[in-house]
Amino acid sequence: MTENQDVTRYLGKKYPTKWDEVPIAGIVPWPGNTEELKTHAWRTIKPVIDQEKCIRCRLCWVYCPDSAILEVDEEYVTSKGRRYKVSYKVDYDHCKGCGICAFECPVNAIQMVPEER
Amino acid sequence: MEALKKPVRTIWDIPRPEQFAPGHNMCQGCAAALIMRMLMKVVGKDAIVVMGTGCVEVTTTPFPYTSWKNPWLHLAFENTAAGASGVEAALKALQRKYGVFKDRYIKVVAIAGDGGTFDIGLQSLSGMMERGHDVMYVVYDNEAYMNTGIQRSGATPLGAWTTTTPVGKRMRGEPRPKKDIIGIALAHRIPYIATANPAYPTDMMEKFRKAYETRGPSLVHVYSPCTPGWRIRNEHTIHVSRLAVQTGMWVQLEIENGKPRVTVKVPKRKPVREYLRIQGRFRHLTEEEIQKIQRMVDEYVEEINRWVGEQAIGPVVEE
Repeated sequence: MTENQDVTRYLGKKYPTKWDEVPIAGIVPWPGNTEELKTHAWRTIKPVIDQEKCIRCRLCWVYCPDSAILEVDEEYVTSKGRRYKVSYKVDYDHCKGCGICAFECPVNAIQMVPEER
Repeated sequence: MEALKKPVRTIWDIPRPEQFAPGHNMCQGCAAALIMRMLMKVVGKDAIVVMGTGCVEVTTTPFPYTSWKNPWLHLAFENTAAGASGVEAALKALQRKYGVFKDRYIKVVAIAGDGGTFDIGLQSLSGMMERGHDVMYVVYDNEAYMNTGIQRSGATPLGAWTTTTPVGKRMRGEPRPKKDIIGIALAHRIPYIATANPAYPTDMMEKFRKAYETRGPSLVHVYSPCTPGWRIRNEHTIHVSRLAVQTGMWVQLEIENGKPRVTVKVPKRKPVREYLRIQGRFRHLTEEEIQKIQRMVDEYVEEINRWVGEQAIGPVVEE
């Protein structure tokens, strides 16, 4: 998701602007385009992952209902010299702030921080 | 993304690519979203999703948006399984007459909520199972009609508050126990029946995979906590599902060709009080009513143990 993305089309197919451009029979030819809808405004608290404490058990990634925890191939070396091949990041565009990740984290590496503007 | 081939033994066997897009309108902490995400990771792209009305149907497809990356068909409450059998028959006819999809196996996956399965869609489900269509039927059971505003369904457990079973002097929540959909499916002699729970994701995905590989009708009954309807905290979704298994309210069953097996064994069962006290829909229950539910669960567990022929679920141990 980039800032200057074209919002009039998805996967190269244009969204309808007039009634006669709407696909026949209500077909939606844009598979998986709800990822354009940002649900970040729903949350009042946001998860913050402490990369030092995280043991890469993958539980937050598994239990996230909104696929808002991303698993990225990013190497991380902790201050104690432990080397991890993957890192977990939060997709703040889609996170609804339910707090399942923080509740299920076995080492309390995820903190729910109040959202401030 | 291809369908899952090898068994899911650990959490690291779960594939990383997503087949179910984020950004849907399901509530914060909804377990149904998690179930759909795991289901689509298993079935991959070669599947046609046939969906009955329900929470997931309404929240994932606000026109002109969709969360699904598969061919997807909307159906009403009562004809989910009927539509799924039609799609499957049409695929078979296309293969026979025109030879399309010769080298690919395409699965029809029917998804419906508990209202669309236990109450309204029961006749078409029965017909689908009786005719032996090659359809995988997934029920996400949030134990009431949550989408329209928490009305009771056949799946509502004993004593639960809903808007149509209110709590007062005359009525103390839902007066009848939950309908036994597994027993109904078992009576149709279908090859694969399972109950799954999102708190055990590897077990759930393994059951989805087995249902996917079954050639013939299969039914997977998935427990799905609903945060607004059950009056639980958003972060307690997985905690509540785990407690349901640990207290014996929910038993992780798998019935392959009539042979039952308990996949998640519970040697020491917790008292049901722990499960009931965490949910707002059971907060009116008195100690007497909790004991009544405890006796009911004890009988159910005993029945399951007798059926599988071993002590799969142990006795209650107070901590």
